[in-house]
Amino acid sequence: MKGRFLLGFLIVALLVAGGISYLASPDPDGLDTVALDGCHVTETAAGEQLDGTCIAQNATDHAMSSSPFADYSIGGGAGTTGLAGILGVVVTLGLAGGLFWLLRRRGVTHADDGEG
Amino acid sequence: MSGSTHDSVVAMHMSDGLVNAPTSLLFGAVALVWLVLAALRARADLDDRTAPMAGLVTAFVFAVQMINFPILPGASGHLLGGALVAILVGPWVGTLCIAIVLVVQALLFADGGLTALGTNITNMALIGVVVGYGVALALRPLARRGKGGLAATAFVAAFLNTVVAALGFVVEYAIGGSGGASLGTVFGLMVGLHALIGIGEGVITAATVTAVAAVRPDLVYLLRHERRPLLRRAAGAAS
Repeated sequence: MKGRFLLGFLIVALLVAGGISYLASPDPDGLDTVALDGCHVTETAAGEQLDGTCIAQNATDHAMSSSPFADYSIGGGAGTTGLAGILGVVVTLGLAGGLFWLLRRRGVTHADDGEG
Repeated sequence: MSGSTHDSVVAMHMSDGLVNAPTSLLFGAVALVWLVLAALRARADLDDRTAPMAGLVTAFVFAVQMINFPILPGASGHLLGGALVAILVGPWVGTLCIAIVLVVQALLFADGGLTALGTNITNMALIGVVVGYGVALALRPLARRGKGGLAATAFVAAFLNTVVAALGFVVEYAIGGSGGASLGTVFGLMVGLHALIGIGEGVITAATVTAVAAVRPDLVYLLRHERRPLLRRAAGAAS
């Protein structure tokens, strides 16, 4: 029962990251919208060219921009968002699950806390 | 003022350079202190039953943060997750959940600057979680009344965690922003846009929390039973 719930939860996370992620809006999010306010964005081969005055002009290149998974892709390949998402779910689960498992109080299950 | 390029294709969090180095350092220190405190306090909330759940909640937040939903023509928003994690796994474990997501996004996917990790953790893992948990705790009597009450609690907590977390950026920009827009403009836009994003955050949080509560109410931190006296816990640990 417990295992089934956790498995279901994992499957939902994988479906969201691996499938629904293709439906995500490509528009800038709230913070990026504010950072780009005042600039006109033109897509160029070198990236986005910002004309005008805006906060985003101060943004520096990401130190990890050469990561093979930069911008939620596999090697920059088009259409690999879902795979990158699945990778992210697996890595996140491994890191978080591992850390929480190490931090947990051993031998306490709260089985005596009512029906819990 | 033309000719500068920036190469963010999919950026969801603060990039490097939006605030100056001293400000980045200041909030890096704030984030570090908060994370150490959270790690120390999280132990009490983690056991054989809740640790796997907390790992999955972290993975779920990563997944859902990928889903940008439209809020206005040309603008989108995504889950921050403060209230969601606080309600499901508690504020201390929840803080670590969000921080892990931010670290994975920055290191693996080049999303959210490395020097901006402190500000991003402060906004989402500190402010977002504290506000989300505080509001949820204040509304807990309502949350315990049933599915509708729990959904309303989750919605309000998530809406407010989004708006107040957005104010975190405004404060950081006020302290050491690199310029490019007036503080008044930043304040107005951040609050306005995040009020809209907060509606989406509220809907996602309410749907997730009520879905978990319907199957495993014992895995919803906000709804768990009152703490037993230490003696009983110790007895349970020995058995």
